[in-house]
Amino acid sequence: MASPAIVFENVSLDFDGRVLFRDLSFTIDRGSCTCLLGPSGCGKSTILKLVSGDPALIYTGTIRCEGEETASGRTAWMAQQDLLLPWLDVLANVLLGAKLRGEVNKELEDKGRDLLAHAGLGKVVHAWPATLSGGMRQRVALLRTLMENRSILLMDEPFSALDALTRIRLQNLSARLTKGATVLLVTHDPLEALRMADRILVLEGSPVRIAADINLAGMPPRDADDPEIAVNYPELLDLLMGGKAA
Amino acid sequence: MKPWRAAVIAAGILLVWEGVVLLTGAPPYILPGPLPVVRAISSHFPLLLHHLQTTMIEIILGLILGTLFGISSALAMTILPRLKAWMLPLLVISQAIPVFALAPVLVLWMGYGMASKVAMTVLIIFFPVCSSFYSGMQRIDPDLLELARIMGGTRGAIMRWIVIPSALPSFAAGVRVAAAVAPIGAIVGEWVGSSSGLGFYMLYTNGRMQIDLMFAALAVLSAASLILYFSIDFFLDKLVFWETTKEIPHALQT
Repeated sequence: MASPAIVFENVSLDFDGRVLFRDLSFTIDRGSCTCLLGPSGCGKSTILKLVSGDPALIYTGTIRCEGEETASGRTAWMAQQDLLLPWLDVLANVLLGAKLRGEVNKELEDKGRDLLAHAGLGKVVHAWPATLSGGMRQRVALLRTLMENRSILLMDEPFSALDALTRIRLQNLSARLTKGATVLLVTHDPLEALRMADRILVLEGSPVRIAADINLAGMPPRDADDPEIAVNYPELLDLLMGGKAA
Repeated sequence: MKPWRAAVIAAGILLVWEGVVLLTGAPPYILPGPLPVVRAISSHFPLLLHHLQTTMIEIILGLILGTLFGISSALAMTILPRLKAWMLPLLVISQAIPVFALAPVLVLWMGYGMASKVAMTVLIIFFPVCSSFYSGMQRIDPDLLELARIMGGTRGAIMRWIVIPSALPSFAAGVRVAAAVAPIGAIVGEWVGSSSGLGFYMLYTNGRMQIDLMFAALAVLSAASLILYFSIDFFLDKLVFWETTKEIPHALQT
């Protein structure tokens, strides 16, 4: 039996004189999408940073990625900003990780081209990022994340800066392309969590604790009329608003 | 700048110049009009060109060396934070000394030739280039560095593909300032002591009351400085192609 993808064991972290985590423990299974849902500033992004092994965060406790104490080479990160480099064309941005590791070769370039064509960006392979729309830019950022070919994908509100329709399209594309990977998706949008997740961890309080652990049936991305959404949405809103939703 | 606008500005300057000469009745040995200066330029063109060559070599060498020096200092301070702690105060102190006051010393140490003028230019432009490039690298988006860290990039590649390019717009602003002030270094150096160059020629003609020739040298120097500035500006725009110049917001316009 394979070890879980991510294990937090009694993790405590103080940041800027504030207690962020106190003995936080949870595990994330491999190959599924887990959403971290909670209000802004509750420490969701910090959990992603801890998983990625940010050396600036000094914590106590144990964090293991796939059984190892180091995350290096196992994670890829996608942020709310696309972080595309304006001085590189679209293909070079998709290949950025390989570029930074000095691994670019013909094979990878072809793979990048294929991915771009597959995501409907075949016509802008050599365009500058500045000429793309917000949705296209975020699609490129998603492909850059997938191109890393890492087993754990850390996604920090990657769709929240987009308009509603573009967001749904990108959620669908993302769910399709990340199938089989361990995805840790941070969001403050309960609907997004219900559409994208196999499991939702609701975070609240200071220090952060896990207020609810919800497993969802069926395959993401769920349609708007999926019963899982209808059943869980009111309860989730209730939780997030501290029981004052009704 | 549109060509017709440049032509209008040039014509305007010449008109005002001629107007001042006519209105004040200034004698030609105080302020010659545009026409005598044009005549002086055409009659002494080879000589002016000879002096221009000296001055331009000093300016361009100073620009190249000063920029290289500025770039390497900024890089060194970025890569070695411990060096920065010592270098930054030294840089600020060096700027407290008026560079012009050093000109006689430089000529004393490095002689009447080009070396002292190049050194003078380097001293003037080093600071704007170094500080703009350095602060450009300091202001990099921390999320970009986070992305690069998670990707497992090597330090050299992160500098090459992320840190240095993101500092280029700021660097370009520093080089524009450098290009505008570089001629000052060369000319002041020539005033203090030299036997060639437009600065030398201006003092020489001034001493012999050949004021039209002095203005001719000044006009040639100004034209050459403008051409140099706009060439560098053009090149920098190509280098930092992703940074489009932003119009002043309408809210600020009357």
